[in-house]
Amino acid sequence: MISQLSWKIGGQQGEGVESTDRIFSTALNRLGYYLYGYRHFSSRIKGGHTNNKIRISTKPIRAISDDLDILVAFDQESIDLNAKELRTGGVVVADAKFNPVIPEGVDARLFAVPITKIAEELGTSLMKNMVASGASWALLGLPLEVFNKAVEEEFGRKGQAVVEKNIEAVKLGAEFVLEQAGGPLDAFKLEEADGEQKLFMIGNEAIGLGCVAAGCRLMSAYPITPASEIMEYLIKKLPKFGGTVVQTEDEIAAVTMAIGANYAGVRTMTASAGPGLSLMMEAIGLAGMTETPLVIVNTQRGGPSTGLPTKQEQSDLNAMVYGTHGEIPKIVIAPASIEDCFYDMIEAFNLAEQYQVPVIVMTDLQLSLGKQSCDVLDLNKIQINRGKLVTEAPELAQHELFKRYEFTEDGVSQRVLPGVKNGIHHVTGVEHDETGRPSESAANRLRMMDKRLNKLNNLQVREALRVDAPHAEPELLIIGMGSTGGTIDQARAWLEQDGVTTNHITVRQIHPFPTEQLFSYLQAAKKVVVLENNATAQLAGQIKMNVGFADKINSQLKYDGNPFLPSEVYQACKELV
Amino acid sequence: MATFKEFRNNVKPNWCPGCGDFSIQAAIQRAAANVGLEPEELAVISGIGCSGRISGYINAYGLHGIHGRALPIAQGVKLANRELTVIASGGDGDGFAIGMGHTVHAIRRNLNITYIVMDNQIYGLTKGQTSPRSAEGFKTKSTPEGSIESTLSPLEIAMSAGATFVAQSFSSDLKQLTSLIEAGIKHEGFSLINVFSPCVTFNKINTYDWFKENIVNLEQFPEYDPSNRMAAMNKIMETEGMLTGLIYQNKQRKSYEDMITGFQQESLSKQDLTLSEADFNKLVAEFK
Repeated sequence: MISQLSWKIGGQQGEGVESTDRIFSTALNRLGYYLYGYRHFSSRIKGGHTNNKIRISTKPIRAISDDLDILVAFDQESIDLNAKELRTGGVVVADAKFNPVIPEGVDARLFAVPITKIAEELGTSLMKNMVASGASWALLGLPLEVFNKAVEEEFGRKGQAVVEKNIEAVKLGAEFVLEQAGGPLDAFKLEEADGEQKLFMIGNEAIGLGCVAAGCRLMSAYPITPASEIMEYLIKKLPKFGGTVVQTEDEIAAVTMAIGANYAGVRTMTASAGPGLSLMMEAIGLAGMTETPLVIVNTQRGGPSTGLPTKQEQSDLNAMVYGTHGEIPKIVIAPASIEDCFYDMIEAFNLAEQYQVPVIVMTDLQLSLGKQSCDVLDLNKIQINRGKLVTEAPELAQHELFKRYEFTEDGVSQRVLPGVKNGIHHVTGVEHDETGRPSESAANRLRMMDKRLNKLNNLQVREALRVDAPHAEPELLIIGMGSTGGTIDQARAWLEQDGVTTNHITVRQIHPFPTEQLFSYLQAAKKVVVLENNATAQLAGQIKMNVGFADKINSQLKYDGNPFLPSEVYQACKELV
Repeated sequence: MATFKEFRNNVKPNWCPGCGDFSIQAAIQRAAANVGLEPEELAVISGIGCSGRISGYINAYGLHGIHGRALPIAQGVKLANRELTVIASGGDGDGFAIGMGHTVHAIRRNLNITYIVMDNQIYGLTKGQTSPRSAEGFKTKSTPEGSIESTLSPLEIAMSAGATFVAQSFSSDLKQLTSLIEAGIKHEGFSLINVFSPCVTFNKINTYDWFKENIVNLEQFPEYDPSNRMAAMNKIMETEGMLTGLIYQNKQRKSYEDMITGFQQESLSKQDLTLSEADFNKLVAEFK
């Protein structure tokens, strides 16, 4: 019995890879397994190799695996490209139609199933994904009725006849392969899972759900990979709560519309990726200058320019920290788990209103699009805090204005919404006085700049660092951010087996940098590795600049478009110690 | 009920003496009073440029944003609080150059806001460069040999983008301008009012006298029917855009707010943000 395995399906984009993966993993989720998915896809709709990999485990997992146990292939290309991942004794389930061949040097067992033929005999080659997934499910010896239930849910809308046909396809695929194999494969017999169905979602869905829970009722956005799922989720949900999503003409409109709506009192967000964030930069400055709350999600992908739109990268850090001209207060946080994606949205909306600043929530493609099991989300942990928002204002003398930018001890002033009597004030991106009126007075300028920039002095972000530090003086401190945490933990487990002591810190508050919190951990470690998906060591740069210890810090960088594999992290760390 | 004086504040505009923008400011204040607004019920969202300063010169909620983006900001305000009367305003550079993309799409979207363009055919605040509204051959600091680009017709663009309210006026005609702004505010949808607003400092061609000589007032044509889209387009082309009055109004098309699924009459900004446990559980269950 094994406690975990990896399954992958590959084929041409548009061939049913996605739907096969969806049904397969839904069924596994029903049985209570923990799942972690990875999508390899291209920026096109039809054609081009694509594959989805799922790691299945009886325990929580947050990383893809290096190796592969079962590969389902719709074409020879899928075998050629992915066979190298197969572990010794792995299995390939392939369509007999293309006379599949296992490449030389790969020790794997091939099951050539007449996938297309069975599907066509049932009426349409479209069902070949059902044949293929049925076959691979059967090899695992998992209960077919659970799988059929998932099929029913997927096709239920299309009527009973379609459901039955698909179930038949699953059955025929399963029967064929079981006959060839002589029954389910013992080597792939998974331990029984706890039977407790987990939440199973992508990061972008968790972000969308977090927005609804945070009281966000408007989203203005422009479609972009890998952010679009957030708007697609919210357009389905927000109308039920009185809100809506506006698909704008560009990201400049998206962000400025969000600024307008936040100014008028509705929690509003936008989401985009690198190119869109570049377009938003001027408006982010407006939000900073006018102290208007604003929440932006940046789902990082490969840059620069159009870069690698469907690939993993973490290279927007500097742009998010430094972006917009001039100097404004801004918060950048980076969720590091699927649960963070949810809770950080509530946090982001609260921080934006409490400090009246733009807040950027920075994910990465793997976190945004990787489908994974999620812990129970707790509504009771959610509290909406609107900061110094007031609904009434004291009477004003003639020509007197509400002091929207009143100098206060913490730098945050009362905020009143348009529509409130006696609340009239001016809002401008021009330097202004306490009532918002333009002012070029040098004395006012200094006070206003200091007011704004000192607002974040007392910033409290939920888990600015996520710390797993079992050792007082570890040989190695590994620092990462975003989706890399699970991979690092996997590598650490191997390192600990080798006797290497490691601590692990995930930086969640990217800006302002949590210098003080990080200091002692760096001081205590013999060596430090900063792991990031970019070419110029942006996180390491922030650490060196803010915390120091440049001589201890080593960078492990990967910017080929793919997430780190546990073995890569392990090897890099091993070489270092 | 507030009078137009209550829409005044004590800020002295930094416009040049004789600038056309003064009358536009006065017309907005009068129109706001005439339609029965209180100052706090009005939000004026403006762009950047001489004209962009207008939001600071009216006693109402005002937001002076960034160049070319008055419209998306104004649409955000309206979506958040549909009980507010929202006026967006800016110059021809703001609306027809840097912000042209937003102008076309705001027209298509048709939220219930009024957009007043203070059109002086030149860049004033940057001290005299060509605008998309400048005539061909127009000499400016950036076109010393005369502009070689064709002049943009905002009225034709608005019509082809599906505008539901298109009007044009002249800042000298305070009466007409005020009544058009009133009509624009009352219109249930997006209203575009382009206003010829002479720049007395940098535009020595398109002067008050020049406009008086060249514009055609639609009041001269009692048979003119502003609900006829084709007639409107014809009239714009016939007069080469030099006409004033209500050019086109479509009262049939509903505003964007009224077409959004689930969008209520009560302002979104006044609604409860909390999510009930039952709703939350339902949302979460979808991921099982």
